[in-house]
Amino acid sequence: MAVSVGGAVAGASRLVRFGSGSVIGGRAALVVDPRLLRHLTTDREVAVVSATNGKTTTTRLLGVALGTDRLVVSNSLGANMTPGIVAALGPADPTAAAVLEVDERWLEPVLTETAADTVLLLNLSRDQLDRTQEVRKLAQRWRRALATATPARVVANADDPLVVWAAQTAPHVIWVATGLDWTADAAGCPSCSGRIEFEPDSWRCAECDLTRPDPAVRIVATEAGATVLLHSGPVTVELALPGRVNLVNAAFAIAAAEAMGVDPQRAAAALARVTEIAGRYRIAEVDGVRVRLVLAKNPAGWHEALDLLTPAPAPLVIAINARIADGHDPSWLWDVPFERLAGRFVVATGERGPDLAVRLRYADVEHVVADDLVSAISALRGHPSFSPQIVVDVAANYTAFQEFVDQLGGPG
Amino acid sequence: MSGTAVRIGVLYPDLLGTYGDGGNAVVLAQRLRWRNIGVELVTVAAGQRAPDSCDLYVVGGGEDGPQTQAARDLAESRALHRAVDRGATILAVCAGMQILGSRFPDADGADRPGLGLLDCETVRVDRPRAVGELLTAPASVADPRGADQPVDLGVLTGFENHAGRTVPGAEATTLATVEVGEGNGDGTEGVVTGRIVGTYLHGPVLARNPSLADLLLGWVVGPDALTPLDDTDVERLRADRLRAAREHELAPRRSWRDLLRRS
Repeated sequence: MAVSVGGAVAGASRLVRFGSGSVIGGRAALVVDPRLLRHLTTDREVAVVSATNGKTTTTRLLGVALGTDRLVVSNSLGANMTPGIVAALGPADPTAAAVLEVDERWLEPVLTETAADTVLLLNLSRDQLDRTQEVRKLAQRWRRALATATPARVVANADDPLVVWAAQTAPHVIWVATGLDWTADAAGCPSCSGRIEFEPDSWRCAECDLTRPDPAVRIVATEAGATVLLHSGPVTVELALPGRVNLVNAAFAIAAAEAMGVDPQRAAAALARVTEIAGRYRIAEVDGVRVRLVLAKNPAGWHEALDLLTPAPAPLVIAINARIADGHDPSWLWDVPFERLAGRFVVATGERGPDLAVRLRYADVEHVVADDLVSAISALRGHPSFSPQIVVDVAANYTAFQEFVDQLGGPG
Repeated sequence: MSGTAVRIGVLYPDLLGTYGDGGNAVVLAQRLRWRNIGVELVTVAAGQRAPDSCDLYVVGGGEDGPQTQAARDLAESRALHRAVDRGATILAVCAGMQILGSRFPDADGADRPGLGLLDCETVRVDRPRAVGELLTAPASVADPRGADQPVDLGVLTGFENHAGRTVPGAEATTLATVEVGEGNGDGTEGVVTGRIVGTYLHGPVLARNPSLADLLLGWVVGPDALTPLDDTDVERLRADRLRAAREHELAPRRSWRDLLRRS
């Protein structure tokens, strides 16, 4: 019996290697051995990262931080459900620490199979609602998963009531103060449906005892960048990655890495050298114009993106698709404060460019619609606000972004 | 219309605004501003008391738990009941339409009393959730107080996403008949009672259907005040969505790579 199981596992592993890195290989291998993820993670340290936004970036940052003192394997191309994860782990060194990005809907099975010792939970907000339906149900599934699995530590967002409620049942939580901007999905208490009252640096449910936990990790902005205050002391963080949101992602990575035994100063120094993550913030050239790729795929992500875009009067390109991976319903465009782009010229593109154009019209933002990236750049070049010195931001949602990354040099 | 500016009450956008329905208030306000008509948006957050003094109210869609909370608050304050007695106009979308009817199922499937303002009731059915493009046949709605001809709205387009199905009352006026999609579940879409319009159309509905936005505004300021606007962007969007609905294009130019990337 043991031999035949072993044979099946070996066969499954070969299948994974055969389709190295491919989800199809992973899927085929799981048919041969449904327990493959368990077998591939029994002898290694496992950290999982889940969230609506920031999971690819934080997975990469944690991988870099752990990489300062150990071998690391990661599903770095963003295939973040079980087949993609086994495809990444299959060909890897069996002792390498695994840092796994996990789709928020797959956290429960992945935790069960991997018995991960470290779990990072960044945020939960509306995304692809026609598929996942209700954010609250996701929080419920996370909570159930964490009540059964017993990770040594959970690193979680103290400012997201949905995450706090989900992580509450875990025995050891390192709470990170993030200064959450997007509260629109958390107005109703996940525990009792009561009303959540938000104040600066605190929140509580008006009706039950759900309240913001005391954070163990804080971020203090400085002139050069930021200081992350850990239990063990302050760490200076100077990122090449833009925006407040990436400081938050870095704080999660440093806190988790420290809990896993990495020197936080060395971790921070390593993070400073990361310049792009799977195409995010990549600078490339389109038709002689320098562009920077920015991913923003839902209201919470846009909220952060609007802060890090090159400021007015720089014109920009925004691309919106609504394929399966984006969600078929782009009505979330109306939850993004595009009014903040007033005074700038926007070229709307992507398959749902017409939806974006209507949103921009009602936001009183000057715009045109273009069929593709090249015609978008050419429309932009003809506008008086364009100057050849600027780097043009190209902000796109999920599949539109992937398309541009493929056009402009691949996943990197 | 009271005072100089049109007062638009945006009810509980933090509870009922999951599908971009907050955009309906933006559309109404802008279509007034562009015509140099004053507008005041009164946003009512969860836990706050809804005013009964607005000219027009918008109530959006939302998740089951928050929906029940909103219904409870509005039933206790009776603010909308008083506003309707005064002749106020209401747009109620999805969960909003459900709570304005006589009853609706809560998160556990139990019957909850609605506000009884719309002549319909919502029931849970043993059918899959209705998700996708929703397109109606040409619709027309009459002003309940005017003797004028009904106003033609053209076809209505939107995106629906709901589990419950809505049964219009025996004497109820529905908003339209369905061409593509589910709507109420019996081939009709939406319910109109007096100056209250209920619909399953998200999108947001008024962004995709300016004729409906102007119908509601006309009930408040009179149709003569509604000078024509440049709706070129909207016409392009409508043409694209009508085509998508009729071609049942659930996944626009979906490729096998999309499936692989996210799996």
